[in-house]
Amino acid sequence: MTAATAGSAQKEISPQTGSATLVRVEDVHKIFQRGSERIDVLQGVNLTIPSGEFLALMGPSGSGKSTLLNLLAGLDTPTRGSVEVGGEKISGLSQAQLARWRARHVGFIFQLYNLLPVLTAERNVELPLLLTSLSGAERKRHVAAALAVVGLADRSRHYPRQLSGGQEQRVAIARAIVGDPTLLLCDEPTGDLDRKSADEILDLLQALNREHGKTIIMVTHDPHAAARASRIIYLNKGTLQSEPAQ
Amino acid sequence: MKYWHLVWSAMRRKRLRTIFTLLSIVIAFILYGYLAAIDQAFGMGVELAGADRLILMSKVSLIQPLPESYQVQIAAVPHVLEVTHASWFGGIYQDPKNFFGQFAVEPEAYLKIYPELIVPEAQKKAWFEDRTGVLVGRAIATRFGWKVGDRVPLQATIWRKKDNSSTWEFTVDGIYDGNKQGVDTTQFLFHYKYFDEARWRGAGMVGWYIIRIDAPDDAPKIAASIDKLFENSAFESKTSTEKAFMQGFAKQVGNIGAIIEAVLTAVFFTILLVVGNTMMQSVRERTTELAVLKTIGFTDGRVLGLVLAQSLLVAVVGGGIGLALAWLMIRRGDPTNGALPIFFFPPRDMVLGLAFVAGLGLITGIIPAVQAMRLRVVDALRRT
Repeated sequence: MTAATAGSAQKEISPQTGSATLVRVEDVHKIFQRGSERIDVLQGVNLTIPSGEFLALMGPSGSGKSTLLNLLAGLDTPTRGSVEVGGEKISGLSQAQLARWRARHVGFIFQLYNLLPVLTAERNVELPLLLTSLSGAERKRHVAAALAVVGLADRSRHYPRQLSGGQEQRVAIARAIVGDPTLLLCDEPTGDLDRKSADEILDLLQALNREHGKTIIMVTHDPHAAARASRIIYLNKGTLQSEPAQ
Repeated sequence: MKYWHLVWSAMRRKRLRTIFTLLSIVIAFILYGYLAAIDQAFGMGVELAGADRLILMSKVSLIQPLPESYQVQIAAVPHVLEVTHASWFGGIYQDPKNFFGQFAVEPEAYLKIYPELIVPEAQKKAWFEDRTGVLVGRAIATRFGWKVGDRVPLQATIWRKKDNSSTWEFTVDGIYDGNKQGVDTTQFLFHYKYFDEARWRGAGMVGWYIIRIDAPDDAPKIAASIDKLFENSAFESKTSTEKAFMQGFAKQVGNIGAIIEAVLTAVFFTILLVVGNTMMQSVRERTTELAVLKTIGFTDGRVLGLVLAQSLLVAVVGGGIGLALAWLMIRRGDPTNGALPIFFFPPRDMVLGLAFVAGLGLITGIIPAVQAMRLRVVDALRRT
């Protein structure tokens, strides 16, 4: 693992690899208004992430990790500043444009897997492909390949309730990678798993990063999980820091 | 359709709830089918009534008889092409529950004025020539297993015979069919001459007149000129179009159409609440899943379409089964065992039923679909 290189909140985080920049976050602020209370969740975040990086984003609860991840996923828009992914400024897109952008560029992995319980593993994995123009046979082929990558080819007809937590998360990873997205965003992907299953998931993410060149951004509380990333950055009170908050 | 399994999966989520919801829709549409058939039965003849036929009855009431001598006078009125008459008999066949209409008529004139009654020529001829012969409709022939040549005794409740007996015997000479669906085939038609000569009282009187005219557009005027003939007589008349007569006859039982409409409104309103509530509940329970779909890249419009499709599916499955069962059950026969002259699920009401199915699906789905469409992913995921 490379050392954490996060600078102060106002400084751009320098990538350690020579790869082209995939994500560029510039002076991003996010403010939530709850009644009369104003909450500055992100305060001028600058960040660049090169293509092919496995980045861990750490920080205490309420530090703004998930908010930043949501902005990178195009699930939310910043109050100020810009977010660019692959040269496309997504912070200026409409909701419909963002939805279409997500379908093409983002694979999202949740802490609680969020599989649809009434669909089999293969039907869950197929969901992102429904938004493409692929034929039924092509979709089937892609689904089989994604399930094979996560080692669950023999569980394709199983429903989520018939799978262990680790297997469910692997199906969720297959769903995230089946459309070959630009970015894999993981929100506490091992937060609900025992150590053994968590290690398997982290092995898988590492393999996706190293062998398939996937750019991964992972929010985690777990230093053990973060240690698998190639870079760790810390968020504290809405600002990026080079070291964890004391 | 690539979204089919996603739409279908909503039905399998809470199976028991889905079954109960479907059952309530099925029952509502079976009830709809039956009420439509009953409504049709009570309005029987109204739609099939000949535009060129008038009915003349006593001004006092339908049960008051009229002199047979009126026939000649009516026939002389301009625009009148044909006149015949019919009289209510009101007998009992085996059991008072075996109700059907029995009429004393002039055979040849009656069949001429009612061309919708189709009788094989040989049977027609046999009936014309047989004084105690009877022509029966297909529905009652089937109901009682009558064949041509059978002897059918009726017990009179109004018209005893001159020899004081109350049993009238008839020979089935023919069986008629309707030339279209909806024609009453429960009638029992026999010779007025036999009836008039054999009855112990009331000779020379008839129940009502049926008049065919050559100018349907002038029906009110012609009716008025006929009634004028009998003004201030002992037997004043009231002439109306056959349609108005049929409607008046149906209304004697009550405004069946309005009653049925009220029942159906209550049923469908309840179903709207039941299905609407189920759909709202279903969408609330699936907030996270809908948020996941949006995260994957489903647009707001696509999510709206999915929820609407799911609600339509529930309505189409429940309503489709309900309408199909109603059609099958109604085909098996009249639940009153023949008291209704006709009993079938009118195609027009079947089409209307399908429109109700679509309406039910759309109305119950629109609010949850809009809620799903407006769902903000970030808020929905934060709640989990």
